Amino acid sequence: MIVLLGVALVVIGFALRINPLLVVTVAGIVSALLAGLSPLHILEAFGSGFAASRSVTLAFLVLPVIGLLERYGLQQRAKALVSQAAGLTAGRLLLAYLFIRQLTAAFGLTSIGGTPQMVRPVIYPMAEGAAIRAYGAVPENVTETIKAHAAAADTVGVFFGEDCFVAIGSVLLIAAYVDASYHLKLDPLQIAIWAVSTAVAAFLIHGFRLLRLDARLARMIDDDRR
Amino acid sequence: MMIGADWIYWLCGGFFFIVGALIAFDPTHPRRWPTAAFWSLFGAALCAGNLVPSWLLGAAVIAIALVGGFGLTGRGSVSTTSEAERDVSAARLRNLLFVPALTIPAVTVTVALGAPLISIGGHPMLVPGSQTLVGLGVATIAALFVGWIVLRPKNPAVAFTEGRRLLEAIGWAALLPQMLATLGLLFTQAGVGTQVGAIVHQIVPEHSRVLAVIVYAFGMAAFTIIMGNAFAAFPIMTAAVGWPILVQQMGANPAPMFAIGMLAGFCGTLCTPMAANFNLVPPALLEMRDKYGQIKAQIPTAIALFVVNVGLMLIFPFR
Repeated sequence: MIVLLGVALVVIGFALRINPLLVVTVAGIVSALLAGLSPLHILEAFGSGFAASRSVTLAFLVLPVIGLLERYGLQQRAKALVSQAAGLTAGRLLLAYLFIRQLTAAFGLTSIGGTPQMVRPVIYPMAEGAAIRAYGAVPENVTETIKAHAAAADTVGVFFGEDCFVAIGSVLLIAAYVDASYHLKLDPLQIAIWAVSTAVAAFLIHGFRLLRLDARLARMIDDDRR
Repeated sequence: MMIGADWIYWLCGGFFFIVGALIAFDPTHPRRWPTAAFWSLFGAALCAGNLVPSWLLGAAVIAIALVGGFGLTGRGSVSTTSEAERDVSAARLRNLLFVPALTIPAVTVTVALGAPLISIGGHPMLVPGSQTLVGLGVATIAALFVGWIVLRPKNPAVAFTEGRRLLEAIGWAALLPQMLATLGLLFTQAGVGTQVGAIVHQIVPEHSRVLAVIVYAFGMAAFTIIMGNAFAAFPIMTAAVGWPILVQQMGANPAPMFAIGMLAGFCGTLCTPMAANFNLVPPALLEMRDKYGQIKAQIPTAIALFVVNVGLMLIFPFR
């Protein structure tokens, strides 16, 4: 029972907005000590956990290229391109991105999008460009909202797309777990197919919210100018 | 000789190491030495991986985490082009600017799909399972060369100072996803999962199908919020409720129950700062003022989708 204190530490730490890196490190050490793990064992767990999870950090490998392109005006070009397309609003643009992200992820192409290589250099500047074309200069809270929704469209799209693909982590995990624990042979395709209804629902729900985003941005700009 | 993913970790570690060195040689940096130490050690740890004893790597990782965790690192000012210069350059280069950017997904996908088909002397060229990472590594190098050719910077090394600018914008949050993965490992070793499973098993109603489905779905989402990962929640909730009660006792069809149960957990992922690589790193990289802004934008979708998932779990598995 006492090991749950580690979980409590995480919740309290995040609630008090203490630096998450510190919260996570301390909570890990405390739970391991409470469970009676030796200090050497704890150090080894940190080492093997870090070594096994290095692939998440590879997302930052693209930063030199993206930075170089930004230096030469990639964001500005993305904005300019959108400003020529009449009828394209921030909400509709993000809706289109959500659709593409979900569809490509459903075919296993999860590495096409992502914040470092797509959202920061292209999608967010395009969405902001569309807002600027409609309203002129936009205040900072509008920029913040556009950034938040650009990142959210990327995450929602990949989460609820990838599960329709048979060879993705979560589908394989379900199949492997039920086979190992219950000797139940589930075909990955059988599992993936049941993710389709949720994927459609995710697109309808989040897409609907993105279409309403334009009206919300207009209200924010109205309030700002009053 | 099969090609694995190790060289890509060295590539990424090398980039972080260069960033650390650039900061060490920058006397104007507000937190010069701790920040330089943070990135060089992080880079060294990425390169070291399984080559050093894990206790040594672990000690280094804790040291890096504490430097970042106590707020000792800072953000330097990196000279880059002005807004006006970028406008001029964008007008000159036009859509050529997209070519290096699109090289990344194009090459990644080509390598990820094509390379596993190639075998040399009867052995596959790639270590199985490494194709996407190898694809990303090859794509990054290809895109950098395409960028140098298209943009013709006077000094090609400017790519690293620009990379430093973006990496410093992310700051210590860059380490968070890996630390959270480690925390998950420690929680598992400390037996947190079995404890939660035992508690859930005690409170779950044995006769109400609706309540049992809600407990399974809610447990998936709640446990995912705490652990930051639906993969950690799935074995625990399935062992406590999904298998013994929903499948064995109530006769639910396991495929739709487990598939949609996992997606109920994904609704939790949308709401939690514990899923740092999805929810905290993007706001840092987009230089948002509100670090939780993306999560706030996702919560309404997560709640609505969770309700839909519960509905689907009441219908499909019981037909």
